[in-house]
Amino acid sequence: AYRTDEGQPWVLPVVKKVEQMIANDNSLNHEYLPILGLPEFRANASRIALGDDSPAIKENRVGSVQSLGGTGALRIGAEFLRRWYNGNNNTATPIYVSAPSWENHNSVFMDAGFKDIRTYHYWDAAKRGLDLQGLLNDMEHAPEFSIFILHACAHNPTGTDPTPEQWKQIAAVMKRRSLFPFFDSAYQGFASGSLDKDAWAVRYFVSEGFELFCAQSFSKNFGLYNERVGNLTVVGKDADNVQRVLSQMEKIVRTTWSNPPSQGARIVATTLSSPQLFDEWKGNVKTMADRVLLMRSELRSRLEALGTPGTWNHITEQIGMFSFTGLNPKQVEYMVKEKHIYLMASGRINMCGLTTKNLDYVAKSIHEAVTKIQ
Amino acid sequence: SSWWSHVEMGPPDPILGVTEAYKRDTNSKKMNLGVGAYRDDNGKPYVLSCVRKAEAMIASKKMDKEYLPIGGLADFTRASAELALGENSEAFKSGRYVTVQGISGTGSLRIGANFLQRFFKASRDVYLPKPSWGNHTPIFRDAGMQLQAYRYYDPKTCSLDFSGAMDDISKIPEKSIILLHACAHNPTGVDPRQEQWKELAAMVKKRNLLVYFDMAYQGFASGDINRDAWAVRYFIEQGINIVLSQSFAKNMGLYGERAGAFTVICSDADEAKRVESQLKILIRPMYSNPPVNGARIASLILNTPDLRKEWLTEVKGMADRIISMRTQLVSNLKKEGSSHNWQHITDQIGMFCFTGLKPEQVERLIKEFSVYMTKDGRISVAGVTSGNVGYLAHAIHQVTK
Repeated sequence: AYRTDEGQPWVLPVVKKVEQMIANDNSLNHEYLPILGLPEFRANASRIALGDDSPAIKENRVGSVQSLGGTGALRIGAEFLRRWYNGNNNTATPIYVSAPSWENHNSVFMDAGFKDIRTYHYWDAAKRGLDLQGLLNDMEHAPEFSIFILHACAHNPTGTDPTPEQWKQIAAVMKRRSLFPFFDSAYQGFASGSLDKDAWAVRYFVSEGFELFCAQSFSKNFGLYNERVGNLTVVGKDADNVQRVLSQMEKIVRTTWSNPPSQGARIVATTLSSPQLFDEWKGNVKTMADRVLLMRSELRSRLEALGTPGTWNHITEQIGMFSFTGLNPKQVEYMVKEKHIYLMASGRINMCGLTTKNLDYVAKSIHEAVTKIQ
Repeated sequence: SSWWSHVEMGPPDPILGVTEAYKRDTNSKKMNLGVGAYRDDNGKPYVLSCVRKAEAMIASKKMDKEYLPIGGLADFTRASAELALGENSEAFKSGRYVTVQGISGTGSLRIGANFLQRFFKASRDVYLPKPSWGNHTPIFRDAGMQLQAYRYYDPKTCSLDFSGAMDDISKIPEKSIILLHACAHNPTGVDPRQEQWKELAAMVKKRNLLVYFDMAYQGFASGDINRDAWAVRYFIEQGINIVLSQSFAKNMGLYGERAGAFTVICSDADEAKRVESQLKILIRPMYSNPPVNGARIASLILNTPDLRKEWLTEVKGMADRIISMRTQLVSNLKKEGSSHNWQHITDQIGMFCFTGLKPEQVERLIKEFSVYMTKDGRISVAGVTSGNVGYLAHAIHQVTK
C-alpha cells in the first residue's frame, strides 16, 4: 500500500471530497447493485483502461464486470475461461504466469480449476532486467491457445516492464501462436504518473485485434484498498460475442458474490464521470507516482555516492511500487535482523516505505549488506 | 472469428429478472413482489436510522482505507457470532468457533460450500429442502458438490410437510450435509415450530449429518432476534457442531454493501484456529479480502448500545409491518369475496409468502395486472403497502375465483 513521506496511509483528497458528497446525498440508499455492477462505474472503468478514443469501445465490443478488487476480476475471468475457453470446461489449457509473479496468480487459476499452471521466463537475475529472449522462447513453444497472464505495467514483484518495442514483439508471437492475453492492471497511473502511458500495452494489443481480458484494480490508484473496487474488462470481436460472454459471467458472479459492493464503485464512478473531479484525481495519482519516482532516484544516487558495489541503475529503471534490489537471501537476512529493515527474501522492497527521513539509513544499510555479506 | 462463438447466451436470472421486467412496465398500478428487498409503507427503500447514524459516526472518524484482514473486520465477525449464537452461548464464550466475514449471504454460503468441498471428505451430497432459494443449487454445484432434496413444503396445505421431511431425513445417508433455513424459509415462509425443530435436531444427530444453517433473516422474521435464532442455538446446545451463513442485507437494510459472515462451530479453540487458516486460504484467491463499508456499519450498530437498541426497534418495525400486510391481504381477499382458504398467508413468516398460485395464474397477474412475482407463486410481502394491498387482493381474486 502507498505511504506518504510521513510513512502514513493516504486517503486521496478527491476521495474524501466524493465520499462527503455521497454522505450528503440523501437520495442514495443501500439497494442491491445489478449483478454485473454499477453501470456508470463499469463503463468509466473500461474507458480508463482502453482510452476515450478506443476503437473497441466505439465498435461496442467491450464488456465490463464490476468485481471485488483486482483479485475478484482475475477470478471471474479465470472461472469463465475454465468453462468456456478452448472448448468447454477444458481444465487442461495451460496457464502461463511470469517467473516471478504475484503469488496469488497461481492460486486464483488453480482454484478456478485449471490443472496445468506453468511459468514463463521473465526476470533475469544476472542482468537484473527482463529476460526477453526467454519469454519469447516460452511463447514460441507454448501449446497454442495457452493463456498468458501479462502485467500491464509496474510488474509485481520485479518492477521491470517490457518497452513498447518489446511489447510489440510479444504481441506478434502471441498472435501467431494464438495465445490468449489476460492482462493484470493493478497500477494504472500509479506507475509512471500517466494513465495513458501505463495503459499502452493493453491498448496496443487491442489495436492489434486481440480478444483479451484485463483485470483492473482501483485499490492503489484510488487508494480504495478495503472497498474492493475492481473491474474485468472484456474485449471481443463484436458486440454479440461480448454480450454472450457477459451473460455467462453473470451466472458465475451470481454464485460467487451475487452482486458487488456499492460504496467504492460509487466513489470511482462519481470521480471519473466529472471532468473536474477526474482532473483532481489524476493530480492525486501523479502525487503518489512522483513521490515513488523521487524515492527511486534518491536511493540510487545515494548508493552510487556511497560507491556501493554493483550497478544501481535498475532502481530507477524499474517502475511502480516494488523494486527487485538484487540483494540475495543472506543479505536480506542481514537487513532484517541487523538493520530492522523489512523486505522480502526475494530482495523485493516496497518503494512506498521509503521517506526523506529514512533514505540515508536505508542506503547505508544496503551498502553494509552488500559489502559485508556475499 | 471469435474465441467466444460457441458461448451460449445465459438464461436471465429468474429472481432478479422479475425486477427488470417490472422496471420496463409503464402501468401506474404496477407492483414489484419479486426480489426480497424491504420497502416501507410508501413502497420506498428504507435506510435504517441506526444505519445513517453509524455512517455519520464513521465519516467523522476519518478512517483510512487499508486492506482488512482476509477474514474480515474482527469487531464485526465477533459481533456477528455473538448475535447468532447468543452472548451466553458456551460455544461463543469458549471460543470454539471461527467466523469470517463474507460477501453477504451468497458469499458466506459460497465460502462454506468451498470449504466443505475441500475438507468434508465424507460426502459430496448437500440436501436442500424442497423448495429452497433458487441460488442454493448453483452455489453448491459451482463449489463442486452434488444436490439432493428432502420434502419440506406441502403444496396441498401451503404449510410444512413435517412427516415427509422427517421420513426423508431419516433415510439420508450418514455424514451427508443437510441445509436448513434458520428462520423465514425462502421461498415458502414456512418454518418448523419449536417442538418440530427439536425432533429435527434429534433426527440429524441420529443420522450423524453435517448441518449447514442459512440465516438471512434474523430479527426480520418474528421481530425478535433471539426467537429467530432459536433453532441455531438449540442445535448447538444439543452438541451439533453446525456451520452457519449470516446475511445483514435484510435485517440491517445493507443490501448493496454486502455484509455477511460464515461461521464454523468447532470442537475447541485450537480446531477453530486451524479451520480459520484454511478458510483464509480459500478466500484469498477469490477476492483477497472483504469490503469494509457494510461490515463497519454493522459492527458499529452491534457494538454500540444505543445504536443496537435502536436497531432492534427498527428491525421489529419492519417485521411488524410485514405481519400487518399479511393480515390485511387476507382480510382484503375475504372482502373481495374469495372463498379460498388463505390462512397460510398469515401462518407463514418473513419476507416471502408462497401464495399457492399456479404458473398460469402468476402469468395472468403479471400480464393483466402488472403484479410481478416469481413463477412459483412467491410474493415478497415487503413489496405490499397499505396503499396497494387492496389492488393486490383484487388481482389475486380475479385469477383464482
